[in-house]
Amino acid sequence: MDQMTTTTTKTATGESKFEPQPAKTDSFIQITDLTKQFPIKGGLLSRTVANVNAVQGVSLDIKKGETLGLVGESGCGKSTLGRCIIRLIEPTSGKIVIDGDDVTHKKGEELRALRRKMQIIFQDPYASLNPRMTVGSIISEPLEIHNLFDSKKDRLDRTKQLIELVGLRPEHINRYPHEFSGGQRQRIGIARALAVDPSFIVCDEPVSALDVSIQAQVINLLMDLQQRLGLTYLFIAHDLKVVEHISNRVAVMYLGKVVEIAEAEELYRHPSHPYTRALMSAIPVPDPRKRDQRIILTGDVPSPINPPSGCHFHPRCPDMIEECKTTCPSLRETRPAHRTACIRA
Amino acid sequence: MAAYIVRRILYVIPILFGITVITFILFNMLMGDPATRFAGKHATKEQVEVVRAELGLDKPLPIQYINYVKQIATFDYGRSWSTKQKVSTMVADGFGPTLCVTVVPFVASIIFCVGLALIAAYYRGTIFDKGIVITCLGLMSISSVVYVVVLPNWLAFQAGLFPISGWDPSWTDRWQYLILPWIILFVLSLGPTILFYRSVIMDEAFQDYVRTARAKGVSSQGVFLRHILKNAMIPIITMVVIEIPFLITGSVLIENFFGIPGIGGLVFKALNESDFPVIKATTVMMSIAYMVFNLISDVLYSVVDPRIKLS
Ligand SMILES: Nc1ncnc2c1ncn2[C@@H]1O[C@H](COP(=O)(O)OP(=O)(O)O)[C@@H](O)[C@H]1O
Ligand SMILES: [Mg+2]
Repeated sequence: MDQMTTTTTKTATGESKFEPQPAKTDSFIQITDLTKQFPIKGGLLSRTVANVNAVQGVSLDIKKGETLGLVGESGCGKSTLGRCIIRLIEPTSGKIVIDGDDVTHKKGEELRALRRKMQIIFQDPYASLNPRMTVGSIISEPLEIHNLFDSKKDRLDRTKQLIELVGLRPEHINRYPHEFSGGQRQRIGIARALAVDPSFIVCDEPVSALDVSIQAQVINLLMDLQQRLGLTYLFIAHDLKVVEHISNRVAVMYLGKVVEIAEAEELYRHPSHPYTRALMSAIPVPDPRKRDQRIILTGDVPSPINPPSGCHFHPRCPDMIEECKTTCPSLRETRPAHRTACIRA
Repeated sequence: MAAYIVRRILYVIPILFGITVITFILFNMLMGDPATRFAGKHATKEQVEVVRAELGLDKPLPIQYINYVKQIATFDYGRSWSTKQKVSTMVADGFGPTLCVTVVPFVASIIFCVGLALIAAYYRGTIFDKGIVITCLGLMSISSVVYVVVLPNWLAFQAGLFPISGWDPSWTDRWQYLILPWIILFVLSLGPTILFYRSVIMDEAFQDYVRTARAKGVSSQGVFLRHILKNAMIPIITMVVIEIPFLITGSVLIENFFGIPGIGGLVFKALNESDFPVIKATTVMMSIAYMVFNLISDVLYSVVDPRIKLS
């Protein structure tokens, strides 16, 4: 509990000026020093020969009713972080507190109960739906598992209501996932996540696999649902453009670490980390004169098995100085309510 | 659905044609002159010609082919050259003993192997799983002849649990001769079957929808039984149906070793004695059975997998 109050005060910042859900100041989810390593097994005896450091000591606060955007290149650990938070995978170390309840070590029945509070929408709307289940059974399965309704009829009614909520038609209930388009499938995924009436949803690149024309529809649906149901989102994307519209705050991740976090407007106006600036310049701008300012990232993304010394970003950083090779920067307030992990910011 | 099945059955016609043509060529041309064989080593030219006329081999090839198709359609292959019995009766008599031997271990093996593969996949990566994989590989690396020799030696000869070989037409006395072949066929099937089912189940276990099920809060057993197994059943059923024709052919090795009067033994004897009509009948029967069960497996596949379009 002590932990909670300290972390809350640290990041309690002003209200959002954005249209999506004005975020309340109280912290809903606190993640402290979360680390996830995937062991790489090798040899006859399957010993651990190395570790993939997918998430390396991330601390984050998510406020009730807000959308926290999480951005970073593919492979930087966004999905792993999101799945750890909802305990779909075991974090290696760290602490996850939801609504004052430490859920880090929940198991069995308690963990299953947690699934009612926290849900996830997956990136791939094709592979993430069981091909042999009808839309109706995909959506109603959580209702059965968690004994949410007594009678079959109530469950059916709720399923139909969910189908309509995400903009599909009730007669779709007996169809199979393959009969739908990508956007419709993602709506099925959303209805399935909503079935248990969760308060927090990890949206793991929910539109990355969709056509650009469909992306906006799905994002609008998610924003609309957030408003209606008072949901809190962790919205993952690999480019800043997608999260700009939906997020109250944005965190930028690089190689397992959060390198910058601020209110969305603040971050887009004053990107402080060289990596954020590089991501920002990758967004196509309508004004051709501004294109000259593009920062092109050089070099490959380093491996999370053997991350670079000091600041992980230094081998690719245009502003790198000698000290960056040895000093591991931590997040600090570089502007009001704006934290950056860069010694030069 | 019905249209799909009809279409699939229509595909069978060219395949059947192919089977008859190939076996016809095989029996009438490639395997040497049947008339010479039938007449025997010491027959004179005239005797051979008489036999040729008797067998209808003096007629032009198209006529011979039509007669051959007629034989297949009516399952009337004439009489065996060696026993002079009707071939159709001999084959029909062989079914019973063969099925007695094959069906029980087949069904037992499916149930046992699916169960064990499921447990191995559930505990994947553990000592238990690795032990099963290694045992299966070990079982598979031993030649089937070793099982056929060693198991009867232990269980029948040394322990005296069962008679070593024999057969009894009456049901009540038959089973004692069956248990040993059952055990051998069951053990023989374990290695490949468990490994196949395990890999099919593991393939499913890493699919994205499994993660979705876990996110829903489905228990890990529920994920395995309701999601993974249900999807894995598609390739498993296909495999099982395709293997059914081999239940009818039986095992040449086992039937000979144990003296079981089934199809396997029949084929073995016919091959030894160049008993053409019997070889012809069993080969054609096998090809057709194989084709039919392939068809059934395809249709079944489309019934259980909603992704297959049936229009
Ligand atoms: N189950 C796993 N086993 C081993 N490595 C993994 C596993 N899941 C993710 N990783 C590795 O962890 C890193 C982060 O992956 P991920 O969280 O999926 O990144 P993102 O979602 O940002 O693209 C990657 O290097 C990936 O290869
Ligand atoms: Mg991802």
